[in-house]
Amino acid sequence: MSAPAREVVLGRIGEVSRRSDAVPKVTGEFAYSSDLHAAGMLWGHTVRSPQAHARIVGIDTSRALTMPGVHAVLTHDDVPGEKLYGLEFRDQPVLAIDRVRYFGEPVALVAAEHPEQARRAAEQVRVEYELLEPIVDPERATEQAPLHPDRPTMGRGYRDDERPNVVRSLVIRHGDPDARGDVSVSGVYDVGIQDQAFLGPESGLAVPDGEGGVDVYVATQWLHVDRDQGAPCLGVAPGQVRIRLAGVGGAFGGREDLSMQIHGSMLALHTNRPVKIVYSREESFVGHIHRHPARILSEHRATREGRLVCVRVRVLLDGGAYASSSTAVTSNAASFACGPYKVDNALVESLCVYTNNPPCGAMRGFGAVQSCFAHEAQMDKLAAALDIDPVELRLLNALESGDVMPTGQVIAGKLPVAEVIRRCAALTPPEPEELPRDPLRLPGGSGNTTRGEGVRRGVGFAVGFKNIGYSEGFDDYTAARVRLHRTADGELSAEVHCAAAEVGQGVANVILQTARTELETEDVVLAAATTSAVGSAGSASASRMTWMAAGAVQLACRDALAEHRRTGSDVDLERTYRHPRTTPLDPETGQVTGERAHVAYACAAMRVVAEVDVELGLTRVVWIGTVQDVGRAVNPSAVEGQIEGGTAQGLGLALMEEIQTRDGLITNASFTDYLIPTTLDMPPVASELVEDAEPDAPYGVKGVGEPPTVVSTAAVVSALRAATGRELARVPVRPDDIVGL
Amino acid sequence: MNIELRVNGEPRELEVWEGESLLFALRERLGLPGSKNACEQGECGSCSVMLDGKLVCSCLVLAAQAQGHDVVTVEGLAEDGNLHRVQEAFAETGAVQCGFCTPGFVVATADLLARNADPSEDELREALSGNLCRCTGYAKIFDAVRLAASR
Ligand code: FES
Ligand code: FES
Repeated sequence: MSAPAREVVLGRIGEVSRRSDAVPKVTGEFAYSSDLHAAGMLWGHTVRSPQAHARIVGIDTSRALTMPGVHAVLTHDDVPGEKLYGLEFRDQPVLAIDRVRYFGEPVALVAAEHPEQARRAAEQVRVEYELLEPIVDPERATEQAPLHPDRPTMGRGYRDDERPNVVRSLVIRHGDPDARGDVSVSGVYDVGIQDQAFLGPESGLAVPDGEGGVDVYVATQWLHVDRDQGAPCLGVAPGQVRIRLAGVGGAFGGREDLSMQIHGSMLALHTNRPVKIVYSREESFVGHIHRHPARILSEHRATREGRLVCVRVRVLLDGGAYASSSTAVTSNAASFACGPYKVDNALVESLCVYTNNPPCGAMRGFGAVQSCFAHEAQMDKLAAALDIDPVELRLLNALESGDVMPTGQVIAGKLPVAEVIRRCAALTPPEPEELPRDPLRLPGGSGNTTRGEGVRRGVGFAVGFKNIGYSEGFDDYTAARVRLHRTADGELSAEVHCAAAEVGQGVANVILQTARTELETEDVVLAAATTSAVGSAGSASASRMTWMAAGAVQLACRDALAEHRRTGSDVDLERTYRHPRTTPLDPETGQVTGERAHVAYACAAMRVVAEVDVELGLTRVVWIGTVQDVGRAVNPSAVEGQIEGGTAQGLGLALMEEIQTRDGLITNASFTDYLIPTTLDMPPVASELVEDAEPDAPYGVKGVGEPPTVVSTAAVVSALRAATGRELARVPVRPDDIVGL
Repeated sequence: MNIELRVNGEPRELEVWEGESLLFALRERLGLPGSKNACEQGECGSCSVMLDGKLVCSCLVLAAQAQGHDVVTVEGLAEDGNLHRVQEAFAETGAVQCGFCTPGFVVATADLLARNADPSEDELREALSGNLCRCTGYAKIFDAVRLAASR
């Protein structure tokens, strides 16, 4: 039954390398944030609002405090420092003060000896609410009473929009927005709320250091920004909060915002005991931000030959109760609204509003997913209106290096849109399978709903693109520290510190491969990621971590090696890498104010074959082929893994994934009711890479995590459209939409 | 209450609260956190263990129900310090990303291959359809299952 454990083979840049954490992950030894334990540890639990919008009349903790095993019950009164925090804007109470703005908002904290005691005590925290009318329709939010009268996102260089509940509004005007073509197609597209649904629930362990500080072992995407948000609220110096990366069970944007970091620390400092908090699945669904739901109105005007003349788009995003990263999502949705196409004339209006719906922020694809769904539906519509092959239409308009984006930015790096289209169109899908077949291979699966009657096959195509790295003037950097010495037998040995969060994407290997390549030694270890040993790595977000970590580690290794050669002695140095500078968009015109608003772009094309039971509205995706622009693949196997996994998430949004709400309350916070693709839903994914080195990036790498998610929702729906002949302007596509009810 | 059971071949005795799941007891009381807690409602398979040779979701079994029974967790699959062939295959094919689903998949795959040494594509998809993975899109997990089956 058993095979001998093989030696771990770890390669250099460009080689398939086995994950450095693969063995502990397959044996169960890898310590995730929910696996931690400390002597004398208490369990924390969060009391959350059952209302989407209410005034808090009073909070009575007295009964909860007398419950068995309870050590502490804390409310906003007990927040030692600043009462508000936020990823970019401090608009979110650590614990609700006088008002709750969303279903699931944290109101109080309990620490007890057993998790069940903590849960039961939490039920005994009496919060008296006076219900307020929830703002649930984003279309009307700008006419309703403000949820944040102090307008936390204004005065930050964005367009000054006086209306209540505006998180950000952005207008991009390019060329002559009134330019007319020979034909025009338009549509209204809707995207539901998607959840990151990472499998490892939010969790962590906060351990007081006995001197007023705290060590927090947590699953996160950006250690230093957690520290910088947490310390002021805890009323301590940043150095007194040490964030240590615990094993991360997936992230996908959902761990950019804080979860238990401040809460666990408050309980730990208050009780002077280690405190562990583990969210349940239900709590995870209500406790973190989601992908913004969107409504997108688009009009495409083109010549008879199919050249785009003018694109006009209005994007409305529902940001939910707090700002999170919504301002950047607003800008991304606008930047990519016209698709990876040459568009000389454009008018793009992008608006994000506050509501009492679930708060939204970062999720893989970050604004580009919603836009891609709309622009690709439009391209299919245009192709049909002009009777041009949809692939040809896309090729005809494909953006390329040197072209000007609607923001006025000239694409300085590589963007091989035509190449990914051409190569993807050349991938051969399998022949239709014969009937009869096993019901598993038909729409409806083991439900045994058809033997093939009513089943139609459709082939869809889509192209998408997205920025890599943080944009619009953000000071985006990553630090790496290298300690170098010679072992007794004269070999170079290195220890690398980098706070880049390994969230499953494989950045640990990128760091190791980079150091091995630069130092030409296999003897490299990666130290645990923590805020106390090295500067910030920035976030494992925006498909940036490979580029940034490789950049920082390369720089540090080169300098360390040079110094070692010069001095002959041990070296310990830290270097900070920055990608080329970006500048903000002009708040009135949405045009670049410097050379670039986004650092670089990556694109992907995807072809999808689907079968649809048009009588029952059931679907089966049969095959997916994709070609992605990756710059350079650091670890080809990991790149494929990102493509396959990213595609699955986009397929989920196309077919099944949606957080449902009633008056702002989430009604499907479980894996029973919020479905993600299973082994029976995912078809084989044939992927090819375009490796065209990005000039500004270390080794020519780009990022690879997001493009597959950006393009796959659009591509899957395109296939369903081809099979059904229906418009399917909303995702996830429901059986009713297919049948036409 | 006090219970006795065998875990990975060892007799264990422990004190549990009546409402605790087997998953909780394994993770928090027996120091075996390899079985994972992704949903604790029987929907994801991350907590899969063998109970008397049958694949179960340990989040749905009360610890008290395991009294007198035999439990094998992911920690119990390796033999003499050698990875189980399924573990080896998962590590080798890139079937692991964040890895949170991995212990459940490894246990479920070991069970599948013990029952069906050479599963067809449809059989393996169906057998593993109770295990969710959010990272990989499953392709490399299927590669791992096929590789393990071939050895
Ligand atoms: S944790 Fe048991 S099935 Fe999900
Ligand atoms: S590897 Fe992350 S859930 Fe499967």
